[in-house]
Amino acid sequence: MSEVKKVRIATCSLAGCFGCHMSLLDIDERLFDLLEVVEFNRTPLTDIKHCSPCDVGIIEGGVCNAENVHVLKEFRKNCKVLVAMGACAITGGLPAMRNNIDLWDCFQEVYRYEGGLEGGQIPNDPELPLPFDKVHPIYEVVKVDYFLPGCPPSGDAIWKFLTDLLAGREPKLDYEQLHYD
Amino acid sequence: MEPCEYPHIEDQLAPIVGRHGGGDATHLLQILRDVQDHFHFIPPEAIGCLASHLNLSRAQIEGVAGFYSFLSLSPQGEYRVLFSDNITDNMLGKPELMQYFCNKLWVEPGKVSEDNLVSVDSTSCTGMCDQGPAALVNGWPLTNLDQNRLDLISELIRIKKPVAEWPEMLFEVRDNVQRPGMLLGEAFEHGAGIRAMLARGAEATLKEVDVANLRGRGGAGFKTASKWTFCHAAIAEEEGSMICDVGGNPERFIVCNADEGEPGTFKDRVLLSSYADMVFEGMTVGARVIGARKGFLYLRGEYRYLLKPLEAVLSRRRANGLLGENILGETGFSFDIEIHLGAGAYICGEESALIESLEGKRGRPRNRPPFPVTRGYLGRPTVVDNVETFACAARIAEKGGAWFAAMGTAQSTGTKILSISGDCARPGIYEYPFGVTVEEILRDCGAEDAHAVQVSGPSGTLVSWQEFGRRIAFEDLPTAGAFMVFHRQREMFAAAHNFTHFFAHESCGFCTPCRVGTQLQKRIMDKIANGHGTPADLEELKHVGHILGTMSHCGLGHTAANPVLDTLKKFPGTFERKLKALSFEPAFDLDGALQTARDITGRDDDWAHLS
Amino acid sequence: MSKTITIDGTKISFTEGQTIMDAALAAKVYIPHLCHNPEFKPHGSCKLCTVNVNGRAVSACTMPASDGMEVENKTETLDNERRAIVQMLFVEGNHLCPTCEKSGNCQLQAVAYCLGMMTPHYNHFYPPREIDASHPDVFLDRNRCILCELCVRASRDVDGKNVFGLSGRGIGSRLVVNSASGRLGDSTFAVTDRAAKVCPTGAILIKRQGFSVPIGSRIYDHKPICQVETEGKSGGEHE
Repeated sequence: MSEVKKVRIATCSLAGCFGCHMSLLDIDERLFDLLEVVEFNRTPLTDIKHCSPCDVGIIEGGVCNAENVHVLKEFRKNCKVLVAMGACAITGGLPAMRNNIDLWDCFQEVYRYEGGLEGGQIPNDPELPLPFDKVHPIYEVVKVDYFLPGCPPSGDAIWKFLTDLLAGREPKLDYEQLHYD
Repeated sequence: MEPCEYPHIEDQLAPIVGRHGGGDATHLLQILRDVQDHFHFIPPEAIGCLASHLNLSRAQIEGVAGFYSFLSLSPQGEYRVLFSDNITDNMLGKPELMQYFCNKLWVEPGKVSEDNLVSVDSTSCTGMCDQGPAALVNGWPLTNLDQNRLDLISELIRIKKPVAEWPEMLFEVRDNVQRPGMLLGEAFEHGAGIRAMLARGAEATLKEVDVANLRGRGGAGFKTASKWTFCHAAIAEEEGSMICDVGGNPERFIVCNADEGEPGTFKDRVLLSSYADMVFEGMTVGARVIGARKGFLYLRGEYRYLLKPLEAVLSRRRANGLLGENILGETGFSFDIEIHLGAGAYICGEESALIESLEGKRGRPRNRPPFPVTRGYLGRPTVVDNVETFACAARIAEKGGAWFAAMGTAQSTGTKILSISGDCARPGIYEYPFGVTVEEILRDCGAEDAHAVQVSGPSGTLVSWQEFGRRIAFEDLPTAGAFMVFHRQREMFAAAHNFTHFFAHESCGFCTPCRVGTQLQKRIMDKIANGHGTPADLEELKHVGHILGTMSHCGLGHTAANPVLDTLKKFPGTFERKLKALSFEPAFDLDGALQTARDITGRDDDWAHLS
Repeated sequence: MSKTITIDGTKISFTEGQTIMDAALAAKVYIPHLCHNPEFKPHGSCKLCTVNVNGRAVSACTMPASDGMEVENKTETLDNERRAIVQMLFVEGNHLCPTCEKSGNCQLQAVAYCLGMMTPHYNHFYPPREIDASHPDVFLDRNRCILCELCVRASRDVDGKNVFGLSGRGIGSRLVVNSASGRLGDSTFAVTDRAAKVCPTGAILIKRQGFSVPIGSRIYDHKPICQVETEGKSGGEHE
């Protein structure tokens, strides 16, 4: 008897704080139920570095630099369904607070004027991701299929969303699960 | 109110305020226009002084100063050159000419030169489409621009020659009446309409206007006699007075809407240049019928050059007993007209926004009901009619309703003046009886191989070559007068793109759907123009268009999506050719968004780029 | 015999001079709205209260009720259109709920919850907007201003001060303050003004009480605005 094919899920955090991933863990023991029907591909939990073809990709965080774009495009290419999870992925979130500060001023503040950085230089190592002028929600960079708002969305909201999705239903949050904060 | 703290500013403001109503706040816009002329912007100190003079708050004055395009809260050049940005100007080479001019003067479009001498920018259609490309220099119209003229103009600016001393030929504006009819072709004896009206009586004249079935020439086609009747009814209801109780309550107004802002429309300019008596006569007839003692001509700021000649016409009419007290000797028949200038706001063509502007406020359309006929200027019953409507009313008063109704079609009587521009041999003014087909017009104006006509401007209808049999009439193609012709080699996307910029610029910002929707529409069109459009963007345009059309506060928003939706329907290929075959494409240039960081870090490695 | 209108099939009575919104609020029927507050003169700018009357879209807050009017309010089409308008409001400003003290008490957010907004959908404008912390007791953050002019109306009509106004045009419209410096601290504004407490969003906030009610216990955290409004509690008060 062959095993039921598990739904393959990948997740990552771009310009976010990993709070949404923490909230994912807040579904607590229901994780075991989840693991009955899904397997995790690339995620911070599995430490798999690159996406294989997946059924669902869940992105936390917005797009603030060139590396974010590479990761996001890898997800979009490999995932049948892409989900934006949390305020940053959906609106830019807290990182987008820098959107009305000139990038040059940001660099100056961080690398030149900050205490203890006398003579500090603006780093130019190619390994460092280069930042965009503005932080963008992920749907402004790739097509996104579903949105799960919250900062972070509660464990219950994530659970409701995932169970709906896995059951083939249009995900629908209860009133108290839908939050932008 | 505290006295003005800036004596040097106050000294310069006092004569301006004195010229315009003393301390009457309804003259704020007129005052600010002169302040702008004088200082090349509205200085913050002047706002404080004016607040004291007019007993308004600073915020109210800043609100008005920030609303109108020709007023500016930051300093502009001593010479402010604004190029007309209508699609017809663009088709005649405006973008290249404007760049040429900027290069010559070392100034960037939208900025002020470092010596504060000159600023160059675009402005919405200046109503010179038959003699474009056109521009305004400190508000005065420049026509038929080409490199030679711009060379001369930049030289005049460089030597700081006052605009008043520039060669007259630069400012020549022609009527270009190509096909006159009963309004433009037949002689009109000054006073004939008023005389006939007085002989017949006001009530009987209203009947003639009714029999004539005169409908508003601004495009909406509301029956003029009904509007005038409602205005009476409002008075009667409020004060129990009789219809046509001439000499009774003075508090009702008649307003001539000469805010001809619809791109591609310039027939009111010609009526006011050469047929002003007919227009004022129509207003006087209307005033008698509704019992108004005061009338306004709201003249768009772009036509300020007409102010002096029009004032002269008014003076002459006063001298001839056609305006003022006891007109033509009729005791108690008093009526006079005041001209108010706009300051660059298309929305003021909407009658309730126009009334707000007349009151010296931001031109924001009011909530309706109540309608202006019951509560208009200063809350009093007010009739607002188009320039051409008044000209027709004068003719009807003179010759009778049956004469008028014999022209045109049953539902659209009389004639319609069209302003024709774009790809045709003989642009200009054409007057036709209603019912004329697009095809006949195209033949008359020498438009060969036309494949589209934008009838009644961006807010009107795009007519494709398959529909050239359609007729100019309220029942088929209603129009305020614009008729812009596009040759089959023209890219229709460019016209729709231009119109989305127009609406985004002119949205008053009051209601959410129009304020944001016109921006969204513009941004999507920019994205497509830049080669990043996808089929999903077309769906988004339709969706935004639907929201604009159904949810907006006034006609501007309701019609702002017409050009895009019409073009999508009638010329889908013009969009499709520009689209990428992808399902999704970001609206911003990913690699471009890294440029600032590349500049800061000096990096140019592979990881510093995105393809 | 009293006059009535019908909203979504339910007859409600009204008195002469009432708008559709007045009649609906009196009958505890919720019509989404942001710029409307029954205390002030109707404005009609946000367009959330758009309803269909005899097939025509009108603003419920400004349209006088008339006998026999058939009003469509809670339809899927209208709610979709209203959601689009809320999304427009979200992208035209800088509404970063996690950073905002008003979160949970914010009517913009609450209406968005009510309409099931999962994403702002449109591309964000991220406009540069000014913040004004000059006043000792009140904070003005234009990033969150939705141009409803409730503060303008309250200051003009109730406080008699005209502290606020709008300038600019179109997407450049902006809230201005009546003082020579343009700063709130230099105006006659006082924390006790009615205008300090009418902002439906977090654009005008009273200082030093931001988190006196914790996130999670706020007006709309557990109860949708449609319920709060029809229970007669005035929303948007800064609690």
